[in-house]
Amino acid sequence: MHSTAPMRLKLEGITKRFPGVLANDHVSLAVRPGEIHALLGENGAGKSTLVKMIYGVMQPDAGQILWNGQPVTIANPRAARRLGIGMVFQHFSLFEAMTVLENIALGLDASVAQRDLEKKILEVLDTYGLKLNPRRVVSTLSVGERQRIEIVRALLLNPELLIMDEPTSVLTPQEVEQLFETLKKLSGEGRSILYISHKLHEIKALCDTATILRGGKVVDTCVPSMETSRSMAEMMIGGNLKEITKSAGREMGADKFVVRGLTLKGEGDFGVPLNNVGFAVRGGEIFGIAGVAGNGQNELALALSGEERANSADAITISARPAGLLGIEERRKLGLCAVPEERYGHAAVTDFSLSENAVLTARVRKKLASGGFVQFGQARSYAKNVVADFSVKATGPDAMAGSLSGGNLQKYIMGREILQSPEVLIVSQPTWGVDAGAAAAIHQALVDLAGKGSAIVVISQDLDELLSLCDTIAVINGGTLSDKRAVGEVSIEELGLLMGGVHGDPEATAEMTEAMHAHQA
Amino acid sequence: MRIRLEKRPEPSNFMLVATPVASVLLTMIIGVVIFEAMGIDGVRAVKDIFLTPLLASYKWQDVAVKAAPLIIIGVGLSVGNRANVWNIGAEGQYIVGALAGAGVGLLTAGLSGWWVLPAIVSGGVLGGMAWAAIPAFLKNRYGVSEILSSLMLTYVALQLLSYLIGGPWKDPAGRNFPQTPLLTGDQLMPMFVPGTTVHMGVPIAVLVALAFWALMSRSVFGFQIRVVGSAPNAARHGGFSARKTVWLALLIGGAMAGLAGVFELTGATKQLNLGFPSGYGFTAIIVSFLGRLHPIGVLIAGIVLAVTYVGGQVAQTTVHIPNSTAGIFQAMMLFFILASDIFVRYRLRIVSGRPAAAEPEGARQ
Repeated sequence: MHSTAPMRLKLEGITKRFPGVLANDHVSLAVRPGEIHALLGENGAGKSTLVKMIYGVMQPDAGQILWNGQPVTIANPRAARRLGIGMVFQHFSLFEAMTVLENIALGLDASVAQRDLEKKILEVLDTYGLKLNPRRVVSTLSVGERQRIEIVRALLLNPELLIMDEPTSVLTPQEVEQLFETLKKLSGEGRSILYISHKLHEIKALCDTATILRGGKVVDTCVPSMETSRSMAEMMIGGNLKEITKSAGREMGADKFVVRGLTLKGEGDFGVPLNNVGFAVRGGEIFGIAGVAGNGQNELALALSGEERANSADAITISARPAGLLGIEERRKLGLCAVPEERYGHAAVTDFSLSENAVLTARVRKKLASGGFVQFGQARSYAKNVVADFSVKATGPDAMAGSLSGGNLQKYIMGREILQSPEVLIVSQPTWGVDAGAAAAIHQALVDLAGKGSAIVVISQDLDELLSLCDTIAVINGGTLSDKRAVGEVSIEELGLLMGGVHGDPEATAEMTEAMHAHQA
Repeated sequence: MRIRLEKRPEPSNFMLVATPVASVLLTMIIGVVIFEAMGIDGVRAVKDIFLTPLLASYKWQDVAVKAAPLIIIGVGLSVGNRANVWNIGAEGQYIVGALAGAGVGLLTAGLSGWWVLPAIVSGGVLGGMAWAAIPAFLKNRYGVSEILSSLMLTYVALQLLSYLIGGPWKDPAGRNFPQTPLLTGDQLMPMFVPGTTVHMGVPIAVLVALAFWALMSRSVFGFQIRVVGSAPNAARHGGFSARKTVWLALLIGGAMAGLAGVFELTGATKQLNLGFPSGYGFTAIIVSFLGRLHPIGVLIAGIVLAVTYVGGQVAQTTVHIPNSTAGIFQAMMLFFILASDIFVRYRLRIVSGRPAAAEPEGARQ
């Protein structure tokens, strides 16, 4: 039935080479009008490079792009927009101090009078059931609302193809629902959507077709509704997916890591203050902290690891010893290790070798320094152990940390901390930007460490990760931590409400406003 | 065709060594061009400045005596520079170190014993440290840039020098010249090579460079300095305090500048006068960068810069150019070394530009 209408977008043999890598190797795919087409692949599979060429950010080295059946050269994003291609990036480019309206006006190619623009915006919002107030200042908006600005910005140009790059990575489950409704409405009007993600259940729920990329090549196409998440994951990684084996009926020990009344004022203009945070983690327990980015996770991670000191000695206890006022080095001596979110320049020094990076955090517990001198021999052999035990792909302990891929460096960092046999391990975003194979290995290592009786805290924005990994879970929102719940006893909806709080949920905001008006009257 | 800078996967070790050498050569070439343009015999001038001190053996002792303070200060500054702590005030710390040494000299005048010289030297080291402690305190307590505070304190040090040598510390037998009394006997640094001006400070400078080499490459302290300089967040994660690093970096820089000052006092000038500050503290900044912040590199760079000092004096008599010409050469060297730094991390690549992208061929309906 589609044989007469030309494909909205057709790629033929698109190839793009960067120094040392073939990012796209003869990639061909076709998107029909009105189709929601998933682009699925691990990090580094070449998804971003491909869409950047479609949006005119980069030019292919070889191959052809056909737009509605016509061969085109897309010189720059402006040309792409003129053709009718819109894109919503993973990272938003918005000015915090300006209103929604001003931000949208700034992003337009042609200048439009403010009043007309506002009218147009309201029309778009109304048509697609998007909730957003154009007069609000961006800094007061939730991440979901900010994403809606980008969507509106793209829709104002009446695109025939909308590219969405990992759109749900920062959204609460409720916001994801709303987004999907909007996207389905758009596809109903005949607009095509190219949806980039690695979240398989979302692709199953939303997309008509999926093209799977691996190592820059198209390895498969499928109809997601006919596949299982597992079968798609295996196409994506090109092998069998290992499942986490949790030792069933694991005995939990006594409280090992206790946080009580942890209160800190946020640093700088954008810091989030921590408000009376408290929880206890038993030996053998994996405790997850969920939340939308920017709700105090960074501040909490620093306070727990000891990079920031707490408000009182008793605010944090490690194996019943007060540690709140101790620095990170003293906390390591008590058995606490930590993996910060940012790998480059925080967890590791990129222009240092792996063995030098071992000295960075393991010199006390693994005796890699004595008498004020670094024991480089011991550091090398420890780094070698980590590389071997965690199957880190590196040339050896002398490889520069920055030369490793994100997933391999993360495995190295996790291994460096886990092989120190910590009593307590604090991990932020353990698998952020890590391919599925490495992620599974990291999860298994955490489960194994808990099996040996360590208390583990995992801070992550990936709810799926937390639900599959953790025994207990709580949600941080605006610097306040919810009560801890057992993972089996809490629904995704409940967690979503906690994550959004009142702030991010338009329904609740509307109710609140009404209630306030009623109160004033 | 376009020229593009491309990031290297790893910093180039070849460029790390090649760029300082190239900087010196470029300085010589540009020097010839400039002098020729000014109507001076450029080849002769550059030869006198860069080669005569090395070729004429009677100039070697001058080079050694001038290289020693440059090496000692340069090595100390390299520690701070590695940690991104920018001590621009080594000249002031050098002066105050020498002043403190001279103060101890006044107290020990006429005394004898093996302890006299070490007491004066210790005084010098402590003086340099005290002067460097001021920017360290201001930086940690009030966030004041150490670049500005350490530089401004240099001028305070100059005033302090002229006040003390013209007032309370003036030599009573000095015919009213502003200068301190001559050090004598056990207060003086012994000569390393008898019959020359090469004092014990010269071999000590080499030992200082070797000691710092060991310290920076093997010790936890050296590791800390390198981490703080490369990745401050990683340093905090590793348990290294940024505040302590600021203190240590400035105190070490000050101590070395003070040491150089007191060596110059006890080994070369034997008294302080208004001509004592000779810019070693500033030139050592160039030495530190030309030596790639590596103690052994600093050792070599110290000799190169000492050559230009001595050569400047040679050229003054042979081609009649002002002594300060050496300063221009030193500045050019710093300029070239900083500018060529980019080639350590980036490579130059000439790419064939693709033709200007055409307009979309398929117009939108």
